[in-house]
Amino acid sequence: MERRTFVQKLLALALPGGVFGLFLKKSTVQAAPYEAAKHYYGMGIQIDKCIGCGRCVEACKEENDVPREPFYFRTWVERYTIKKDGEVTVQNIDPRIESGLEAASERQVLRSFFVPKLCNQCDHPPCVQVCPVGATFKTTDGVVLVDEKRCIGCRYCIQACPYGARYLNPKTETADKCTFCYHRITKGLLPACVEVCPTQARIFGDVRSSASPLTRFKRMNKLHVLKPSLNTEPKVSYSNLDGEVR
Amino acid sequence: MKNFWKAVPESLRRLVLVFAVLAGGFVSIRFMLPPSLKDNALHVKTTVAREMVKTVKYAGSDVCADCHDQYQVKKNGYHRNLSCETCHGAAKGHTDDPIEVKPTLPKLREFCVRCHAFNPSRPTGFPQISSAAHNPMKPCVSCHNPHDPKPPQVPQECQACHAEIARTKAVSPHVALECKTCHSVPDEHKVTPRAVKASIPSVREFCAKCHGKDSPVKETPKVDLATHGEKYLCWQCHYPHMPEVK
Amino acid sequence: MNPANEKLFELLKQVGGYIYPNEIEVHWGILVVVYPYLTGLVAGAFILASLVKVFNIKEVQAVYRLSLLTALAFLLIAPLPLLLHLGHPERSFEIFLNPNFTSAMAMFGFVYAWYLMVVLLLEIWFTYRKDIIVWAQQEKPPMKWIHKVISLFSTDISDEASAFDRKVVKGITIIGIPSAVLLHGYVGFIFGSIKANPWWSSVLMPIVFLFSATVSGIALVIILYMVITPFRGEPIDMKCLDKMASFLFFAVIIDFSLELLDFIHRLYQSEESIKILSEMVMSKLYISLVIIQVILGMLIPLAIIVAIKLFRFDEELRKLLYFLSVILIQLGIFATRWNVVIGGQMFSKSFRGLTAYKMELTGIEGLLMTLILLIMPLVILAILIKIFPPWEKPKGSMLGEGTA
Repeated sequence: MERRTFVQKLLALALPGGVFGLFLKKSTVQAAPYEAAKHYYGMGIQIDKCIGCGRCVEACKEENDVPREPFYFRTWVERYTIKKDGEVTVQNIDPRIESGLEAASERQVLRSFFVPKLCNQCDHPPCVQVCPVGATFKTTDGVVLVDEKRCIGCRYCIQACPYGARYLNPKTETADKCTFCYHRITKGLLPACVEVCPTQARIFGDVRSSASPLTRFKRMNKLHVLKPSLNTEPKVSYSNLDGEVR
Repeated sequence: MKNFWKAVPESLRRLVLVFAVLAGGFVSIRFMLPPSLKDNALHVKTTVAREMVKTVKYAGSDVCADCHDQYQVKKNGYHRNLSCETCHGAAKGHTDDPIEVKPTLPKLREFCVRCHAFNPSRPTGFPQISSAAHNPMKPCVSCHNPHDPKPPQVPQECQACHAEIARTKAVSPHVALECKTCHSVPDEHKVTPRAVKASIPSVREFCAKCHGKDSPVKETPKVDLATHGEKYLCWQCHYPHMPEVK
Repeated sequence: MNPANEKLFELLKQVGGYIYPNEIEVHWGILVVVYPYLTGLVAGAFILASLVKVFNIKEVQAVYRLSLLTALAFLLIAPLPLLLHLGHPERSFEIFLNPNFTSAMAMFGFVYAWYLMVVLLLEIWFTYRKDIIVWAQQEKPPMKWIHKVISLFSTDISDEASAFDRKVVKGITIIGIPSAVLLHGYVGFIFGSIKANPWWSSVLMPIVFLFSATVSGIALVIILYMVITPFRGEPIDMKCLDKMASFLFFAVIIDFSLELLDFIHRLYQSEESIKILSEMVMSKLYISLVIIQVILGMLIPLAIIVAIKLFRFDEELRKLLYFLSVILIQLGIFATRWNVVIGGQMFSKSFRGLTAYKMELTGIEGLLMTLILLIMPLVILAILIKIFPPWEKPKGSMLGEGTA
């Protein structure tokens, strides 16, 4: 009898408590505000895994409303073909056109590969340095953003970017660029290009975390960044990057 | 003070007044401006906030498994690392309203071929076909289940998978040799190619069977193993599928 | 498809080699060519005026006031092409409200305001103050009122006041020279500090800009002097002209040497970018750089001036040759600006390809707009000459000022 009442009492306590606890848990998970200071984002790109399908380019344009014309890219994929005589051909791949078979018949190809490109989210961003009105800036979590309400459209940042990662958005007449899908990553989602990459050629994460796919990538590979001599300190690093890539 | 002011030349006095009015005007205009026009910290904050609330279009693959059990099939297949939205397109609309909004269902060959067409720039080992030669009129799904893609039957010919090698060998002096001449292929290799591998020759003497000085085989280039190639194995200089010596 | 895109698709066909996909659009077009050209004229004209004042060169006193007015007229228009090329001209006030202190461009507002308000306007005001007061007394409305307001209702025309004016002008000139250097050196720095662009990134850029500015400014004043003087029914003062031509000669020599140094330095260091840059110079920039800038804009005028110095040509021939060479120099300096601004965008930062630039005829970034922007300063100059006649002297004018 005692035991029974004890169980009953326990149940009576536990049930509403449990339900309440569940509710509490759910609400705290949803309401937890994003803390930028706890993150510092970077990306790793495994050249050897990229198959040049261009799904990342499409997903980026879809997710971020990038104009569809082939002059505006937040991310793009280059195809390098290096021939035996040292001649290097580079193309910006257009996944809608099946290409590459012409090169298959070429005996002269020494090596060939794809290189995805995007804003390097530099630690020393030259674009931020030159913006006359401070419309572009580096956030606490290390992403370079543009304020489309303040940008005056002088395009100095576009000139200053060594990687060609910026363009003038024809709709807003302001500078535009990759944001690492800031609206996604702050909700715990992956950037759209990383989400859809079928071969995990792109790895996104927190550069400071001790255990994450990005940390593993950085531990297991010899890394390189683009144009290191310019001291922009990119946060996008490449494994097996070929010396011909600029 | 008044005497000092009087001592200043008349022209200067007038100028000082003009400049005082201009400076005063500038300062008071600045003072009257709303903080949104002059507070830089506030501007950064509003831009970050504006960036964070942008519309998410790719829902992220985590949520798909809540309703769809294809995930169980997919997680053991070759496509296990593909995000659902890589093939089905941006689906945030669908996760918000599963009844009204349906994600896309790619049915055309072109969709699969964008990843799986042969392209010499693609990493070796990535499954690739020649679309024009590979059942050109049939949709891919009639033989392959996209959630668990694998060859519909055990391939009879090596070139079903090793197309690039087959094409190279076809125009080489080794064209007449069968794959089996040099490689022993266990049957399991055709089912689980990564787990069970075909053998490759390991010693110089293997090549010497045809190319050694004393080989009985006629019309092949012959070398003296004792003097040719020093410490190197044959295939460190000659690519056996395309030996360059005619 | 909208016309802008159509144009880009057209350009896509002219791309040679590989360029980053975002590089097809040439972001700084003809308007940004006009901007450093106009500022260069401002700085050059002012430097000429300052040389006259500081070193008290008697022969050239005749064009002192004209140079100042020219500098002002061009300075008033100089920011206009910049403003027009912005995606959001209505937000340009942000440069003054929220300048980013690490940005060379943000300093535009301050350098411009300093130069306009503190240097040029003050120098002109103090130079003309006494004359304006006297004019205002002799004239009828409305000119009377215009001069009254401009003189800020100042009335003191005593000798002490005039002496004070002269002292101030001298002082401003001394501040003015470094300011003019700053104004145009800074324009060069906007380009020279872009490490991403090897065609621009050069420590010599501000200095080259400065000397080419001096060249163009002196040449402009010579043109104006040679055109305006006959209209006034006055003879051209050949001493003045010869002296200005000498200044011009030395400025061209220095400008040419600096550019040659830059060229040799690049060629000798032969960095990663040299291949694509030489390809660009030999194809896209061949006419504008080799033919117009170097041969027509520098070597031929230099040869002409040397010939004038060596042989005793008669006055009429000298005038003709001077006029021809300053016109060529003007053309050459415009080509210099073109080669810097457009040239810096003709090659890809991947160093693997060249793109193309096609100027429109109409539209904001078009040829017509450019011509309007180049003519507007002359219209303003005409108005300024009406308000501040640089030649007429009221009775009892300052003795210190040399007369033509």
